[in-house]
Order: sequence, then structure tokens, then C-alpha cells
Amino acid sequence: MTTASRILPPLGPTRKLNLPKQAERTLGNGLTVIAVRRPAVPLVELRLGMPFGRVHPARAAMLAQTLLSGTTTLTGVQIAAELQKVGGGLSAGVDPDRLMLSGAGLVTGLDRMLELLAGVLTSAAYPADEVATERDRLVDRIQLAQCQPGHLARTALLKRIYGRHPYAVQTPTPEQVRAVRPSVLRKLHDERVHPTGAVLVLVGDVQPERALDAAEQALGGWNGAGRVVELPATPPLEPGPLLLVDRPGSVQSSLRMALPAVPRTDPDHAALQLANLIFGGYFSSRWVENIREDKGYTYGPYSLVEHSVAGSVLLAAAEVATDVTGAALLETQYELGRLACVAPEAEELEQARQYALGTLQLGISTQAGLAALTSAYAGSGLRLDFLAEHAARLAKATVTDVAAAAARYLAPARAVTVVLGDAQRVAGQLGTLAEVVTEPAGP
Amino acid sequence: MRQRGRVRVERVSTTRRATIPATSYPVERLTLDNGLRVVLTPDRSAPVIGVAVVYDVGIRSEPEGRTGFAHLFEHLMFQGSENLEKLAHFRHVQGAGGTFNGSTHLDYTDYYETLPANALERALFLEADRMRGPRLTEENLRNQVDVVKEEIRVNVLNRPYGGFPWLTLPPVLFDTFPNAHDGYGSFTDLESATVADAADFFQHYYASGNAVLAVSGDIDVAEAVELVERHFGDVPARPAPVRPSFAEPDLAAERRVSYTDRLAPLPAVASAWRVPDPIGDFAGYLPYAVLAEVLTDGDAARLVERLVQRDRSVTSVGGYLGFMGDPFDVRDPTALLLQAHLPPDGDVDKVLQTVDEELDRLATDGLTDGELARTQARMATHLLRDTDAVLGRALRMAVLEQQRGEPGLLNDLPRLVGEVTEESVRAAAATLRPQRRATIEVLAGAEQ
Repeated sequence: MTTASRILPPLGPTRKLNLPKQAERTLGNGLTVIAVRRPAVPLVELRLGMPFGRVHPARAAMLAQTLLSGTTTLTGVQIAAELQKVGGGLSAGVDPDRLMLSGAGLVTGLDRMLELLAGVLTSAAYPADEVATERDRLVDRIQLAQCQPGHLARTALLKRIYGRHPYAVQTPTPEQVRAVRPSVLRKLHDERVHPTGAVLVLVGDVQPERALDAAEQALGGWNGAGRVVELPATPPLEPGPLLLVDRPGSVQSSLRMALPAVPRTDPDHAALQLANLIFGGYFSSRWVENIREDKGYTYGPYSLVEHSVAGSVLLAAAEVATDVTGAALLETQYELGRLACVAPEAEELEQARQYALGTLQLGISTQAGLAALTSAYAGSGLRLDFLAEHAARLAKATVTDVAAAAARYLAPARAVTVVLGDAQRVAGQLGTLAEVVTEPAGP
Repeated sequence: MRQRGRVRVERVSTTRRATIPATSYPVERLTLDNGLRVVLTPDRSAPVIGVAVVYDVGIRSEPEGRTGFAHLFEHLMFQGSENLEKLAHFRHVQGAGGTFNGSTHLDYTDYYETLPANALERALFLEADRMRGPRLTEENLRNQVDVVKEEIRVNVLNRPYGGFPWLTLPPVLFDTFPNAHDGYGSFTDLESATVADAADFFQHYYASGNAVLAVSGDIDVAEAVELVERHFGDVPARPAPVRPSFAEPDLAAERRVSYTDRLAPLPAVASAWRVPDPIGDFAGYLPYAVLAEVLTDGDAARLVERLVQRDRSVTSVGGYLGFMGDPFDVRDPTALLLQAHLPPDGDVDKVLQTVDEELDRLATDGLTDGELARTQARMATHLLRDTDAVLGRALRMAVLEQQRGEPGLLNDLPRLVGEVTEESVRAAAATLRPQRRATIEVLAGAEQ
């Protein structure tokens, strides 16, 4: 019996990118509120980002860890219980740019969530007992992170690429955390937890104008005092010897490469994003097809452009078997070099373009996705309508544009390379490809 | 019947309880002549779709000497099929603007895509093609054994607490191979897998009658039915194999095992207790889902308040149903798990004793005013949030159809959780006795 081969069905007509209904207001105290309507489920997503650059990592991490530990009127447990009553929850996190409060709850509880949020922002108490508990927990978490190869590799890479810039050290040491007292946190809160430059994003089953009113009602009285701190631009990458971080007994090597990149608004950004996809930015990329699907060196290699306020960087990461560490680096350099030197095929670009455009649609198809994107854009001073502009640039980029971006940003000669692994077993392999400098793993 | 436009939201109010909202995603069910069951759930609020195919075979069904085989086979389903070369599946999904993946669970294996809605027919074609038959070759098998070994190194061998507790606790709680063995597999077993094994596995388990297809999102039901018929209608009919019982008796005495994790800087512990059959006794099972959250969801939860804040005997504690955190996607036997990470000088005995005390207190004194209602409100948020993504809906409904013949249960879960009574949560707490408990303890082996 023979089977006639079946033909892959074509795609239907592309549906237009429709942005949801939204509204924005800047309150008298400087807080910007953006509300976006997606009524699919009766929930609301909340993201409050506050500029938090140049805060010592230990103080920043401790503030995020204890911000929800109590106010002048409620204990931390009471805050959590009150949020829970309306199906809500809040969590705090911090990076070198921002302090972020995030949560979601039943939309019927929006007013109450905002009221509790306001209480935390205006009267967080940093009670001594809770601060002591959270200090120990944070220390334990840092110790755990220091046993994770991914964390150790990232720590070494950040130090290597950022040098003296504040981004160089993003995780405090246990000793630094142990030194943070409640009084320091109260002072830091007074100085830096304020609405100037902050953006609150509300997404969900809301009428945008009505959500803005609710936010204004709850947060209009949040004190607008405080200072704004600027971060210096990140330094350019300085390629040099491969840094080998020794982790004796490691059964894999963590390969990390940093390459130059540009911010979202740069005219090169769309072409760079497409070049990155073709190299290693999605599963159907050259790098993944090579070192995973052809050679089986690794499980989940990826590359992405990471945007921060002070600069952008392209990062490539793969956990590879110890025995093939050198071979994996060789293939990585080859794929970067091939794209930097030889223009991609039109078909490859088309595939990457469709992926970039399609995943934009997917990204805004949930409340949580819309909230994340709106908040990330707001962090770069952009609004959701930038999505349409970006989509248009992705649609327009030519093979020539992408080849030029690859030559400029993906050239292996411009890469900073860090490998974390068992130096005894991988130094020789790596030494055949690059000058190698070895140091011990550590914070 | 089908509904268009926005999903209708009903608000069900009961006395002394939080107002628990519910969704009413429409559900269409049909069965093709070859036995393939199909669930369609339209929602035109965004121009995207989710497509999931779920096969009724998982870790529990893999043969002895072939640990990890269900998962390895999942990888092989991406290596080309009747009309598709290796790499084609990935390229066709992503080249249509979509993303894909697959995952292997105790009782099922899923394959899925989420894409812009204009790629519906393409996604159906891709899934139908591999349902007819993957390309099982020696080269692809060896390549994917290598990839899976790297996956295991990343997720288990090269990191602290690898496999804790989902791989390390089942062999303490269970005695039979299907329930107790390592679902990621030993390197020896993975390396000895053959193409013939894979062909047998496919022939036996990947039958049209053993699968469910679910499509969610921006679809027209009539058009989708036609496309499903066109692409899946001629997949050869094979019946579902008889699913053996994996039942085991409950523990009669406490079990406790410890091991040293050379990468772990701090001690950790996890305990599991058997719970009622999630399918056969759903009403008896649901209170345990609520109990896990009463104990551990958020800073106001009992064990968090007691162990983390008051006693400071643990740095974190979590509680959930199912070894893979899949309360509504698993069959009997399964368990309620509690796991905690301890500070450097932590005392596991004391932690377990405090857990017993708190369970006793809950069983004896009941819940405090409003405690149950706020837990249920929070659970509703979690459940609703998971269904907002089209793909989440397709996956959950596919499994609910497969295991229960009831995909619409997804709409009802927030309400059903909201109807769980205080009495039943107390009764559930009363069953979590030390003599029914299996415990795995991780001893810190890394230098601090």
C-alpha cells in the first residue's frame, strides 16, 4: 500500500494586531497609572514599578523582602489575610533598576487591593522581629543561589561585563544582608519609595477610566517627596580572554556569552531581534538545531536581548555536557560567525519574522501577559502602542538589514565569554579555542 | 450549542462565603469514527488558539528496565513523522508565529501548540501527522537520549535539591514499580532503549482511541469540526489499551528515609499522605485541595505563620496535591505533599512534630472566622488565572475529558472549591496522621 504524501496546509489570512482599550493618567503626586481592559476572566493584574537604581543590593533586597511585613496598623499576616479575602496577593521584587510590587486578585476586590497597597507604600513599618526573620530567610536563599550553577555563571558574567557599573553586582553577600537594620530600611523607604517616576499598571476586567479613578482615590495621597537617581550608561563590552570559573565536580559546563545590543527604540532593534532569533533566540534557530538536535550536546540553549534602563545586552546561554564543552563553544562561535559574515536565507528570515510577530499576538492575549508587557515598556518610557510600531519594523526588516545587524552585534570577536565548569576537565578543551583565565567559583 | 463573543461570567454568592466568580467557556465534545475524542472550546476575545493532544500513557505505564521511557518517547514524537522531516515540526509551528512543547506526567503525555488563529489547520495537520506515526530512527533515538541526559543533568544532577521531592519521595510512599520508580529514568535504562521498544510503545499506547484532541480560542466550531475531520478522520483506528490498576494499599506505619545531597547547602524535608481517589471520589478529594492551601498559601496560611514567622523553624513551606503539582490531572493513587526548607541548624523532628500539632489543632478546633472563605477566594483567583491563556484551557480540558469525560469541569472548579465545607476540611486534616506519612529528608552535603 502506498500513501500519497500530504501537503502542509497554508496559513489563513493574518489577523490584525488589535490593541486593547486603555487609559492613562498622571496623578498630582507624580504617579503614572495605566489601565488596560481585557475582560476575559473576572480578575485584575497589578504591577507597580518604582525607580530603584543605585540602591545597595543588600538594602534593596531586604526592603523587597520586608516591605509587606507590616504597617503602622496591620501586621504582615493581617495584610496577607486581607488581600486573600478578595482573592488577592502581593509580592515584592527588586532588580538594579526597579522595585516592583506585583499581584492579581478578583476584580471585585480592586479597591481593597489598592487600599492595602497604599497602606504599605505610606506606612510600611519594618518591624524588628519580622526584619530579623526575613534577614535569615534571605541569607538562606542567597546560600542556596550560590550552589546553583546558573546563578554562579551569571554572577561571574555580570562582574566581567559591567566592571565598576552598579549592574556588576546584583546579589548581596550574606554578611551584607546581616548588617541591614530596620532603621536603614525605614530611611531607604522614606528616600526612595515614592511616586515620582513610578508606574502603576492595572489590567483585567476593568473599565479603564473607572480603574484610574480607583487608583487615584487610593494612591493620590501617597507622598510625592523623594529624589530621583540616574544610572550611568553601561560600559561597552570589552572582549578578552575566556573566563573559566572552576566548579570542581560539575557534571555540566555553563556556557555564557555576552554580545552588544541596543535598546527597544533604536532603529537597529528590530533587525537585531530577528538576527538573534536566527542565531539562537528560538527553537528553530541555527544554534539549537546544531548543538541540540544535531549533536546532542545540550538540552535548552537560548539567546535573548536583555533590556535594562542603563543599557541592553545580548546573552547566550547553554548547559553542555562536560566532555563536549570545547566542541560546544566551537559550534557557538561558528554559528555566530556564520551569521555575522554571511547573509541569512530569505526563508530563514521569514520564519523568524513570523515567529516574532506571532508571539507578540500571543503575549498580549492574557491579562498577565499584557500586564508584564505594559509594565516592561513603561520601564523604558514606552507605552503599549509601541507594540504596533515595533511590529511594523519587524515586518519591514530586509535580509540586508538583518545581515548588517548580525555583522555589527553578533560577531564572535565582540563576545565576552564565561564558562563555569570543572576546570580540570574543560580547561584543556577550551584552551584550544581561546586564551583562558581561570578563577574559583564564588559570590 | 455555541456561544459567541465574550465569556459570560456568573457570580455565585453563598452565605458567609466570599463571592466566587466562575467562567462559562462553552464546550463542544465529539468522537471521530477512529475513536479520537475531540473537545472544542471557542473564545473569540483574542486572535489566538491553543491545540493540545493528550495520550493516556505516562510514567506509571513504562515497563520495568525502561525507566524514563515515556519521557524519552515524548522527545521522539518531535523528530519527524509520516510527511515531515526532522526539525519540520518546530519550524512549521514557529514559522506560523507559535510556540510548542510536550510534557510527560504520571498518567498522561501532552503535546501542544499555541498560535495565531490563522494557523489552526496547520496545527491540526502537524498533530495528525505524528498521530499516524513518528519517524523512529536509530540516529534520532541516540540524539534524543543524549539530549534527555543533559536535561536530567540540568534538572537533577547538577543542581541542589534535584528531583526533590517529586522523584525522591514516591519510592518512600509507594512499593510497586509503576508508582515508585524514577520517571526521568536511569542513564543505563535510557541508553539501552531501542527503536523496536519505541515502535511497540507507539503501537500500544499512541492509539487514536487512547487520545484526546482539544482546540481552544478563536475558532468557528463548525469550521473547526470540518478541519478536525479532514486531518484526523483517516488516522487508522486503534483501540485504547486496557489501563491496569495502579492501586496500592495505604501505609500502615510511618516511613522515613534520608539522603545526602552533595550540592545542597541546607536541610530540607517533604512528607506525603495518601488522599482519596481524585476521579472516583472527587467530593472526598476536593477538601484536601483546600486543606493544602489553608496550610500553606501565603503569609496568612497556618503553617507559614507558625513555622516561618513564629517558630522560625523553616525558611519556606509549601503544600500541594500530586507529586507533579497537578491536583486535577492525576489519577489514583496520589498524595498531599508538604515540603519545607530548613535553616542551617534546622531540626526536622521538630518541624514534623509542629506540623502534627497544627493538623491536630485544625482537626479539633476547626478554622478561624473567615479563614476558609479567604482561602477559597484566593484559590478561585489561581484557577481563573490559569484558564485565561487559551493553551491552559485546551490542556486542562483535554485531560479532564480523558480522565473524567468532563471537560466542562474546568468552569465549575472555582465554584466547587468554594462549596467545600469547614467540616470536610477538618475531617481531611484529621486523616493526616504520622502513621500514614512517608517522609524524605535531605541532608545538606555542600560546604556553606
